Amino acid sequence: MLNEPLIPTVCKITDVRRDTPDVKTFRVVTPDGKKPFDHMPGQCAMVSIPGVGESMFSITSSPTNKEFMEFSIKKCGCVTEVIHSLEAGSEITVRGPYGRNFPVEEDLKGKDLIFIAGGIAIAPLRSVINYVRDNRENYGKVDIIYGARSSNDLVDIEEIKNEWRNEKDFNVYLTIDREEDDWEEHVGFVPSYVKEVNLDPNATVILCGPPIMIKFTLQALMELGFKKERVYTTLELRMKCGVGKCGRCNVGAKYVCKDGPVFRLDEMEELTGEY
Amino acid sequence: MLRIKTDKLNDLYSKINSFSPLYLPIKKANAVNYGLWKEDEVVSLSTLKTVKSPKDLFFPQTEDLMKFRSQGNSIAVTDVRDEKQPFVLMGVRACDFKAIDVLDRVFLADPVDTYYQNRRQAGTVVTLACSRPEESCFCKVFGIDATNPLGDVTTYLTEEYLYWQANTEKGQALTEKIKDLFEEADAKEVEDQKAKTKDIIEKLPFSNLDLSYFENTETNEIFRSPEWQALSEGCLACGTCTFVCPTCQCFDIRDFKTDKGVIRYRCWDSCMYSDFTQMSHGNNRTTQMQRYRQRFMHKLVYYPENNDGVYSCVGCGRCVNKCPQRLNIVKVIKTMGGKK
Repeated sequence: MLNEPLIPTVCKITDVRRDTPDVKTFRVVTPDGKKPFDHMPGQCAMVSIPGVGESMFSITSSPTNKEFMEFSIKKCGCVTEVIHSLEAGSEITVRGPYGRNFPVEEDLKGKDLIFIAGGIAIAPLRSVINYVRDNRENYGKVDIIYGARSSNDLVDIEEIKNEWRNEKDFNVYLTIDREEDDWEEHVGFVPSYVKEVNLDPNATVILCGPPIMIKFTLQALMELGFKKERVYTTLELRMKCGVGKCGRCNVGAKYVCKDGPVFRLDEMEELTGEY
Repeated sequence: MLRIKTDKLNDLYSKINSFSPLYLPIKKANAVNYGLWKEDEVVSLSTLKTVKSPKDLFFPQTEDLMKFRSQGNSIAVTDVRDEKQPFVLMGVRACDFKAIDVLDRVFLADPVDTYYQNRRQAGTVVTLACSRPEESCFCKVFGIDATNPLGDVTTYLTEEYLYWQANTEKGQALTEKIKDLFEEADAKEVEDQKAKTKDIIEKLPFSNLDLSYFENTETNEIFRSPEWQALSEGCLACGTCTFVCPTCQCFDIRDFKTDKGVIRYRCWDSCMYSDFTQMSHGNNRTTQMQRYRQRFMHKLVYYPENNDGVYSCVGCGRCVNKCPQRLNIVKVIKTMGGKK
């Protein structure tokens, strides 16, 4: 049955963590306690609740985690609303992995890396960042710029503050949109913060966020002299099958579910722009 | 070559039906569509264009994929498919047969869609050469020879006879079982008919549409052409073009709750509909112009880019006949190519 691309595997939720007012992270394993399948950072999976629907989510946990799989999910539509109502012990279905991952074993290897994320978009990057931490010797210096509307909207801030900040040669820059009491870090939007911290334009960038943030951050990066061939980002379009057949995520001659979601900026600019 | 008198065709249908279900163009309520043959059905083999193409036989308009049963917290998934029994599909025209190849390139590409594959493997396709193509036909533009369709068996219908030529092992196997009904014949009548039909095809108004614009222009330039706006102006977003199209293959997957569990099914969908790309955080195609453009860009640019230059249009002309606003791919090809 696993060879049937549309038929999912039943999985059990073993832990639910509330990260922000509208983001929860769900830990899932198969009913016999195993990780559902192997994946690479940036790849996605179709998660469904029978009777409600199926949606594509990026896999938040790192492939180096062999015990379980995690999804950080923002409540924003029909399926996610019901997923948010689930507790540990509930079963859901999962199928995947889908799509092209970040080239962690190819182009990213040996490079200085800059991760830029806005809001829930830290979810796919967390998979890469923790992969890099677990294979630290293979990568250079790491800068992380992460922004959200408010301090409450930063996803899993504990791991960021307690673990990422203690990692050797890791710089973590946090920013929120508006001033808050007790907030001692930066205030402002990600694109302008990117220009303020001293980034090396020869580094490789992994960028993920809402479309408007991506647009202005790319402008900032180009002004700073970054090369399009060294900027990676992801696209998100509606999907049903996940295997390049149902036609929904078609943009140009590409299907985001199988040719993406990861695209290099120069590849993305060749697409028709309808994303 | 074999042949059977046309007044004996019912014997042929009956014979095939005795060992496997037979689908062919059947007239019902003044419309001809592919349907299951039964003794009293009105077969209309000579109908040039069925309303819908035979794609239903391999990619049904709706199809159950799986079933879920929930008990407390636990979920059980079952594959609801029965083993697909062999069937015979008769009367398929060259354009519709080529369309099956277009679908194969999607559904049989890795990872294989086994729902589709099971039906393809179970089906024996008997094609029928065209002898009276009409004005809306333009299969020649896509390199299709209407007088010589392939498939497991090719048939030719003349005034008095149906000629029968097996092409593949599957076709041979079918022929073995029914050959008692046929007589041996030379191909002269068929060759004469082919030559006449070719003359008609040459004179059809759309037979020489020029695709060079799509072949020689950069994707983004075609995409940004100002022509799309005017071309799409009258589109009602009814989706008729996608439903009658033999190559349109976009689908939706949905869940349906029953008192015996949840059925997950898929059904045809249309890129012409406004919710096709709707997500909770936005929609990447918000205007009908964008949706209209997507359909034709996919058929004439994106699909060929991914499939060695094969177009996702076979020139069957159904959209030419069926669009209530008379918008169709012929208009797109002419206008974009600078020949309004």
